[in-house]
Amino acid sequence: MEKSEKPPLERREEAGMTVVVKTVTRLTVGLIFLYGWYIVVHGHLTPGGGFVGGIILALSFVHLTLAFGRDAAEATLPARVTGLVEGLGALLFVGIALLGFLGGVFFRNFLPKGEPFALFSAGIVPPANIAICLKVGAGLFSVFLALVFFRFDWERRK
Amino acid sequence: MMVDVLLILMIVGAIIALEVKNLLSAVVAVGTVGLVLSLVFLLLQAPDVAITQLAVEIITVILLIRATLRLELPQSPLISRPVGILTGLCFAAVFLILLVPGLKELPAFGSPTLRVAQTYLDQGLADTGAANLVASVLLDYRAYDTLGEATVLFAAVIGVLTVLRAQGRKGKQVSKGAEHGEE
Amino acid sequence: MTQYFLCFVLFCVGLYGMLAKRNLVKIILGLVVAEAAVNLLFVLVAYRTGAFAPIVEAGGGPTRMVDPLPHALVLTAIVIGLATTALMIAIAMRIYAHYGTYDIEEVRELKG
Repeated sequence: MEKSEKPPLERREEAGMTVVVKTVTRLTVGLIFLYGWYIVVHGHLTPGGGFVGGIILALSFVHLTLAFGRDAAEATLPARVTGLVEGLGALLFVGIALLGFLGGVFFRNFLPKGEPFALFSAGIVPPANIAICLKVGAGLFSVFLALVFFRFDWERRK
Repeated sequence: MMVDVLLILMIVGAIIALEVKNLLSAVVAVGTVGLVLSLVFLLLQAPDVAITQLAVEIITVILLIRATLRLELPQSPLISRPVGILTGLCFAAVFLILLVPGLKELPAFGSPTLRVAQTYLDQGLADTGAANLVASVLLDYRAYDTLGEATVLFAAVIGVLTVLRAQGRKGKQVSKGAEHGEE
Repeated sequence: MTQYFLCFVLFCVGLYGMLAKRNLVKIILGLVVAEAAVNLLFVLVAYRTGAFAPIVEAGGGPTRMVDPLPHALVLTAIVIGLATTALMIAIAMRIYAHYGTYDIEEVRELKG
């Protein structure tokens, strides 16, 4: 399949699910993405945190892939970019941990604590939440892509 | 009381998931077990854990349906191995019988010992500045465990991507015909 | 007490599924159920009667809270369980692609 030209209109319409599902997906996928970021960013104030936010972000991309087929998913978030984002999240988390040496020990909470219940407070907890969310979300989306686009053409072993 | 009823519902759902012949129905039943577990977590005043269990169960069911959908499954149901059934039932019986005196050693349901956690509850907000005490435990008091968890997740993702690829290291096909569509 | 006992019964159901079933997908389902039972046991141990979720509210809220330490451990354990389940499903799909069946009696290569 050539990547330079879009597939013809008939093929784009057959990929994915029916028109009803596609319309509803167009309306809701942005909201799911925003909800995931909300849970991550407010992880130190409300229940949630980096893990759940990352899973919900991955689920928004999974929703897009299931409704529109593979070509739309590749156009929005190619597989290589997903791998890079996952590595970036892991490196960011370890980087925050190593920066704790500025305060004396590994993983020390060195950023200012601020006043409680504010958005920018609690030291390293919000940046660590964002790093974890990138890592978990990108990792789960690449696992999903690998599993769903694996073809079962098998040859029977003698 | 409500927790007991939901636990019995989970046990019934798990038995249905393991005994039914159609694999798609079994996956749906396991999804039910996970969703009721999320409800139980909410009743036990654990909202973080409830949201996580819900999201994880959704993605587990999606992946399991991928593994079982559109396969030419054999029509005759597979009979379980008699050795396995006997071992499973004997172990379960012995385990549950010997469990009853052991459960008396646990603290009663509803009054945990709270030896270390009392410090986290009293000084969590002052030490870390985070209002969500579970997040403060996870990312400040016990951040090393979170680093270990990130490592395990990374290793599992690498494992999945390696098992499902089409080409080996030297460029030959790993097994004839099985293709990974990613390029 | 009955809550702990029912939780262990759920674990035994999952264990039975892992030992006695021939279909690989049923074995994976047994492991998922057993992991759910273990996570449930941790959160059951953490519960305190009449207490609330461990989140401090602005403007003074309830001060009697459940134990937050097992919640943190269970949060990690749930995500790790998802990762291992995904890896098991990947290996099972590879076995199906190679042998054409999920039956573990037919996928043996080392016959003793």
